[in-house]
Amino acid sequence: MKPRSAIHFASAALALAALALSAAPSAFAADTPDPVADAKAFRKYFTDKFPKVKLQDFVNGPYSMNEDLHRQWEEKEQFPPYEFSLDLGKEMFAKPFKNGKSYADCFANGGIGIRQNYPTFDEKEGKVVTLELALNRCREANGEAPFSYVKDEMAALTAYMAFTSRGKPFDIKIPADPRALEAYQNGKRYFYTRRGQLNFSCATCHVQSPGERIRAEVLAPAFGILNAMPIYRSEWSGMGTISRRFVTCNSQIRGVPLNPQDDEYRDLEYYLSYVSNGLPISGPGARP
Amino acid sequence: MRTSMLKSILTVALLMAGASSARAAASEADFKAAYAAAEAANKEAAALRNQWTTTAAAMAAAKKAADSGDFDQAVAASKEAEALAKASIYQATSEKEAWKAIEIR
Repeated sequence: MKPRSAIHFASAALALAALALSAAPSAFAADTPDPVADAKAFRKYFTDKFPKVKLQDFVNGPYSMNEDLHRQWEEKEQFPPYEFSLDLGKEMFAKPFKNGKSYADCFANGGIGIRQNYPTFDEKEGKVVTLELALNRCREANGEAPFSYVKDEMAALTAYMAFTSRGKPFDIKIPADPRALEAYQNGKRYFYTRRGQLNFSCATCHVQSPGERIRAEVLAPAFGILNAMPIYRSEWSGMGTISRRFVTCNSQIRGVPLNPQDDEYRDLEYYLSYVSNGLPISGPGARP
Repeated sequence: MRTSMLKSILTVALLMAGASSARAAASEADFKAAYAAAEAANKEAAALRNQWTTTAAAMAAAKKAADSGDFDQAVAASKEAEALAKASIYQATSEKEAWKAIEIR
């Protein structure tokens, strides 16, 4: 090797080494949770990927990805399939418990127009509290048996509460508490972790492939995916809650689902809701 | 000479066939050992919060085969369940870091 080319080679090697070193701290920094930066990057990813979709329309899931489906959905909304559940929820919400108290006594603003604030981080408990969990805790505190987390009554109650929040942007807070940040990070990890025999993560479908078909379904984007919950799904022939969605997602990829409202699911809901901050609540919704 | 050689080849072949069929017929004890191994691996997957539905299905198939006295099938299904459980453990372990590769940044 001539001296000149040796110098060129050495400087190239040094430049590469410097690049590698400068990349190392950023990789380390990426391990420190930064929810604000995450939410910004999350929104940018989806708005860049789907430049024609209006920001507010992401909450409409598969309908925002496909014109034909969008038209079908608009027609469906004339006589929405969740209406029965919504009426039931309104009735249940107003009916007092045996002790004379009601759901309104358990929530801020009498439970009206507060859906966008859930999940919250309960600093006393040191854990995430979802709306479904808060509703069952309210029942138990008033001597009533808890409802199943996945459908029927729980779907009806959350449908009504979501309806009273329609149009209000998600406003999930992460308090300055290391446990809250840890819960957020755990939710994020769950979202991106591959599981089940099919080796899918939530992100495989809802980040890497929204708008694509998986069998007959059009996959929804993860951005705004919880804003329409609970939903009437034609596939279920009924209503389903966020718990039901998480459990069935896990089963579909051949993973044994966790129990509804296990910490992982609560944290996942916290993460997904936080990164959709600013998008309006549109629930209850209807999906194919 | 030629006939005796043929006879001995035939004898060896028959003996081998007999031996292999004896190997193929699994006993209840074989099933119990194979099932216990699958159960242990699946328990480890549960501790990692990453069990697969197919593991549970293979274990149920193994039990069903054993109940009907088909221990060959019961051992085969148990071994399949163990392999699936081990794959789920591998997945959970490798995903501890691998998930970061697909994170939106």
